[in-house]
Amino acid sequence: MPDQYKVVVDGNEASVPGELTLIQVCELAGVEIPRFCYHERLSIAGNCRMCLVEVVGAPKPVASCAMQVRDLRPGRDGSPPQILTSSPVVRKARHGVMEFLLVNHPLDCPICDQGGECDLQDQAMAYGIDFSRYVEPKRAVNDLDLGPLVETHMTRCISCTRCVRFTTEVAGITQMGQIGRGEDVEITSYLNSSLDSNLQGNIIDLCPVGALTSKPYAFVARPWELTKTETIDVMDALGSNIRVDSRGRQVMRILPRNHDGINQEWISDKTRFVWDGLKCQRLDRPYVRNQGVLEPCDWDTALKAAAGVLASGRRVSALAGDLVPVEATFALRKLIELVDGKCECRVDGAALDTNSRAGYAGTARIEDIDSARRIILVGTNPRNEVPVLNARIRLAWLDGARVENFGDVTDLTYPAQQLGNDVDSLRAFCEIALQDSVEGMLVIVGQAALRHDGGNEILALSLALARQGAGLLILHAAAGRVGALDVGFSCVGGIDEALADAEVIYSLGVDEMDIPEGPFVIYQGSHGDRGAHRADIILPAAAYTEESAIFVNTEGRPQLAQRASFPPGQAKENWAIIRALSAAIGQPLFFDTQAELRSKLFEEVPYLEDIDMVPANPLQSPRQYTGGNAPIISSAGDFYLTNPISRASAVMAEMSALSNGRHQQIPEAP
Amino acid sequence: MQRKFHSVQPDTFAFSAENYAWAERQLTKYPDGRQASAIIPLLWRAQKQEGWLTRPACEHVADMLGLPHIRAYEVATFYFMFQLQPIGSVAHVQVCGTTCCMICGAEDLVEACRQKIARQPHQLSECGRFSWEEVECLGACANAPMVQIGSDYYEDLSVADLSEILDQFAEGGCPVPGSRRGRYSSEPAGGLTSLSRDGEKPRLAPAVALAVQSASRRREV
Repeated sequence: MPDQYKVVVDGNEASVPGELTLIQVCELAGVEIPRFCYHERLSIAGNCRMCLVEVVGAPKPVASCAMQVRDLRPGRDGSPPQILTSSPVVRKARHGVMEFLLVNHPLDCPICDQGGECDLQDQAMAYGIDFSRYVEPKRAVNDLDLGPLVETHMTRCISCTRCVRFTTEVAGITQMGQIGRGEDVEITSYLNSSLDSNLQGNIIDLCPVGALTSKPYAFVARPWELTKTETIDVMDALGSNIRVDSRGRQVMRILPRNHDGINQEWISDKTRFVWDGLKCQRLDRPYVRNQGVLEPCDWDTALKAAAGVLASGRRVSALAGDLVPVEATFALRKLIELVDGKCECRVDGAALDTNSRAGYAGTARIEDIDSARRIILVGTNPRNEVPVLNARIRLAWLDGARVENFGDVTDLTYPAQQLGNDVDSLRAFCEIALQDSVEGMLVIVGQAALRHDGGNEILALSLALARQGAGLLILHAAAGRVGALDVGFSCVGGIDEALADAEVIYSLGVDEMDIPEGPFVIYQGSHGDRGAHRADIILPAAAYTEESAIFVNTEGRPQLAQRASFPPGQAKENWAIIRALSAAIGQPLFFDTQAELRSKLFEEVPYLEDIDMVPANPLQSPRQYTGGNAPIISSAGDFYLTNPISRASAVMAEMSALSNGRHQQIPEAP
Repeated sequence: MQRKFHSVQPDTFAFSAENYAWAERQLTKYPDGRQASAIIPLLWRAQKQEGWLTRPACEHVADMLGLPHIRAYEVATFYFMFQLQPIGSVAHVQVCGTTCCMICGAEDLVEACRQKIARQPHQLSECGRFSWEEVECLGACANAPMVQIGSDYYEDLSVADLSEILDQFAEGGCPVPGSRRGRYSSEPAGGLTSLSRDGEKPRLAPAVALAVQSASRRREV
């Protein structure tokens, strides 16, 4: 290859592309370079100097994060440039840098929340020296108030500017900066404003020291006493990869895991801080309504009561909510088939097309955003619905992609050209695009567009573009929706048909709609929210951190969530409740274990077995709609309060109030 | 010293017509999309207009350049030549305190400023007409010690000289800038030792002559 360069790292020759930086080359060669300011998903700052390496022939050590391979000069005899990463020069340079960093860093590790997972601590151990020559007074910096999520201890700051770069580049807010110079330099938010972003929690992870820490998690636990479980998030339909840290039965915090195809290494604030909602408002025992009052009872009573209702010959409809795993919907569908009922998961009435998988899971992958040249948003506000995805669209925009919008969304952190706000304008656009070209086009359709009048038409038009070759991403709001549709948890007429003349409704975690007066309601779910209040029988179930389950994300990628802790009280796994209920009816379902359930599931829906793979979704022949005009609506409601877990969280409630207040305070132009 | 916006700020800022036209011209110096590069000249112009850099001025400049306010704030707090607090309406004395001036008595000048103007640098005198600060090398090392007031250098100063200059300012006068020992520029303090033909040099250095001229013109007006 023409742009390959030979370099020698600590005596081992390697051939690498010229645009790599030395730190990446060393990483490839298996040599770890200490760093503070460098982060592979942010721009290069080169200000911490921790990554100094020696380049043979260069007069002084080189910051390896900021030096490209193609800028290296060969040796005098034409031999490849040599990089030394553990020579005496490098060791001395690291000692010096570390000593300077520690000059003004407080020695408060015992009371610092970063202790045990602190880059500065680790690297001081590995590359520093064991004593201090510094006797002068240390500097102190006033703390900032960044809001209820991020706690600051600015005296600990080493001015790496990762937080400034993240908020500016990825989160797209321009509040943070570095003011002053020299010893007086400070990271600050403009005039001490609190951060207006729903990705701000990520700066806690990015901060290599304890300057930015989690406020809800402050002084709660030490990293080494936590059990780490790698699992999947359900707060939005992105399926972000997360790590749940728990102590005993309690989830103590939630951190992101890296997945290049989904969330890169960011998660939204709702994903990160919702964990206090997992301990509040929990349903920890079964309830049966007796003379208008829900009374606690044991499982036997509740199951017998539920079985009696289901087997009584009344017309049964089962509805699946936003957070339900695939196994539960699959088992419930089997159960409802036994009593000849109907199933439906599109409880918000979204016009998702179940004829082909592309009609509800789209044809594009989340990764396709990176390479799209033209992104068309139809009736969606990704900043509010899926902030991490919005950051990805923003990166594509920074990379030169054009973003265009149908709907009434305003500030997305990047400019989106407004093309129209009704179905007619979308239809006109499609006609032109279909004749012209759809190359590099990615259409992102939101649930708000499909939920309102004209949803069928919008979906048909988007599918027409997809058939022509454009990517189609159907942006779901509910983590369980695609999975439920994959296992056929739907009926032809949608939610209207399911509700019409239903006498018994089996509500599997349905909290986002009001079930009409009349039918008898069996509610299975984890939180005492809207669905449980309406219920006549409550079957307490596990939340998403409490059972192993498959979730299919918005692009149609099945992922496996793991159990981090156990359900509270008498609550049980969702699939197990349904199995027990089938036994109470007297027609036990075909499985006794989750493994048996899964093997049957994989038999019926084979692509769910390929965990973490996105199957290609074929497009079926077009369905034509000639419906009239309707406005395209983008609004998605309150970001912080979209599901029962977040509504039970005090942190989310505080953030919601703060965010509402902030957006009401915007003064009217005179 | 932590530099932040002053606690008392005016409500608004707008460039004068002349300065606005000048600022617009500066923007055309940079390629499209690189207008942010004009931030320092524009902030400087805003400071010249107001005497000091106010928060509305800083935000106005940021808005003109399509920059977030924090980016302009970063620049304004970084450079010490931006005055983030009000300065004396008549004279802001910048005393050079770097090596040559310090050896030749800058510390005495600073003490004189403390006595005559205000105890602390960047503090307004009681009348509000004077302020002072110590600055880094102003490049007039051969004529140390020196102060800069406005755009003028006052060189070869003694404490008495500085007092006199301040008094003249206080009485509404405009003291002649330049060397207080009658030096033309940075020639040896004891007189020329070479190239010393008399009669060929003008009496005043060009910058000083200019200052004197404009002062006399002002007086005529």
